[in-house]
Amino acid sequence: MAVLPGIEVEHRPSDPPKSRTRWIASEEASGLALISPTLLYALALLFLPVLIVIAYSFWTQDYLTIDRTFTLENYRTALGEPIYQDLLVRSLVISLVVSLVTVTVSYPIAWFISFHGGVHKNLWLFLITVPCWTSYLLRVMSWKVILGYGGVMNTGLLSIGLIDKPLTTLLYNSNAVVITLVHSWAAFAILPIYVSLEKVDRSLIEAAHDLGDNKLMSFLRVTLPLSLPGVISAFLIVMIPTVGDYVTPKLVGGKDGVMIATAIQAQFGKGANWPLGAALSVTTMVVVSAIAGLVVLLLKLLVRVTK
Amino acid sequence: MSGRHGIPKSRWLPAYVGLYLLFLYFPILLLPIFSFNNASTTTFPLAGFTTKWYASLWGNSAMLEAARNSLIVGISVAILSTILGICAARALTRYRFRGKKPATGLIMAPLFLPEIIVAVSLLMVLLQLGLELSLVTVILGQVIFCLPYAMSVLISGFDGFDRSLEEASLDLGETAIGTFRRVTLPVVAPAIVSSLLVSFTVSLDEFILAFFLSGTEPTLPVYIWGQLRFAAKLPGVLALGSLMLLISILLLTLSEIIRRRAEHRLRAQGAHHA
Repeated sequence: MAVLPGIEVEHRPSDPPKSRTRWIASEEASGLALISPTLLYALALLFLPVLIVIAYSFWTQDYLTIDRTFTLENYRTALGEPIYQDLLVRSLVISLVVSLVTVTVSYPIAWFISFHGGVHKNLWLFLITVPCWTSYLLRVMSWKVILGYGGVMNTGLLSIGLIDKPLTTLLYNSNAVVITLVHSWAAFAILPIYVSLEKVDRSLIEAAHDLGDNKLMSFLRVTLPLSLPGVISAFLIVMIPTVGDYVTPKLVGGKDGVMIATAIQAQFGKGANWPLGAALSVTTMVVVSAIAGLVVLLLKLLVRVTK
Repeated sequence: MSGRHGIPKSRWLPAYVGLYLLFLYFPILLLPIFSFNNASTTTFPLAGFTTKWYASLWGNSAMLEAARNSLIVGISVAILSTILGICAARALTRYRFRGKKPATGLIMAPLFLPEIIVAVSLLMVLLQLGLELSLVTVILGQVIFCLPYAMSVLISGFDGFDRSLEEASLDLGETAIGTFRRVTLPVVAPAIVSSLLVSFTVSLDEFILAFFLSGTEPTLPVYIWGQLRFAAKLPGVLALGSLMLLISILLLTLSEIIRRRAEHRLRAQGAHHA
């Protein structure tokens, strides 16, 4: 698949002719003019809305009227109320576990495709990405069918005699949410790691072998550090979006698996408290970014130490 | 065992890849299996073959309405995000200008944001502007969400483009529009078709934005969401899901074939010139 999310694309425009001195200026103008429709669209329907959410989070709402005096009241509720604290902490833990597990289980796959994919690399990438293009709702629903009381897993385990009554601990908890999310985000983790592994100079690995490094050492000292940018991309592209997942906790999470998105959605639906919903959104984004940043720092540090 | 370049190839790796593919595909394959199962519950053992769940879809006017909405949204989103994607991808691959990084960052940002936050912020702005929620608002929102995908496809298609061809055409007296039509377009056309297909597929399966922004006109995923509450309706939903799965896979395969053909052709041309 040509879709490689989260990867910085390198651009190599050819060198401008020397004779035309004003080339750079006009080139700059043409570039900006050409990108401006897209940029304006994104500014109007992405950047501006996010600014408005931030503004709202400092306002209050009384039934239908918005009071625009600055207040931190919403943040006090978002961070102070035990229910929101619980939801936020659970969402963060789940997204952290999901992203770490997804990156770990996906790395060998990306490695396999990059180093042993041979001439069929594109086919492998296609195979990996197809499931992620199928309906998100139905994929989650399918896990409900697999993990349910009378579900595929239970009937399977019963029929081979591993258990004598259906397990009730498979569905409607955080574990079910984690399994489903790991499945949903697999391709998003594999692709960035694959791209960075493709850039690893194979002769460096050979050199490490020739100089006496064993498999593990050459992996830790050469391959892993060089593929770190891909690992970091993969981690971020899984962790940050999953913290706000709405469908998975609703369908397979049960009471123990409710996440923050349910609370956010409630403020824009029946709860109808936009400022509180805005404050919950901003809080979630800020906290998840901070934690993701911390993990990225730790990863970099860890790799430096093992080198 | 040692592979090429002395890179270790252990025996467990292919086994692991096999297991991983099973994990990836098993839940997807369950949908078509149960959609042909002659029972209203989704448990093994299977109760015999039937096509009644598919037949029941045809008489379902709410479903057909949702399918029509999805089609309208999908086509509009595909065209809009591809046009906007072409502008941005062409600017990024063809020109040097300041602010490239932040501009790319903003356009690609939806990939790195929780979708619910994109949805909620859009909802607030659209309602503030006094717009009624409708298919138009879904289209506006989904374009933001599809742009990163369209851009990835288009940039990789535009990147290999040889700029000297265009300069030659201009030097030989062709107009800018003529150059674009006769030189640029034939080379980048496969990427454009790929982008249309990928954006359509993403839109067809997109739920959160449609859920928040669709008002009283549901798209297929929003319709499915409403049906999931009723256990008895599950097999019908699975039949619908299997059909959508089939369409997605067909579109993606088509897009991949087009992309690869173009790659081969470019490579062949390159070899010819050399």
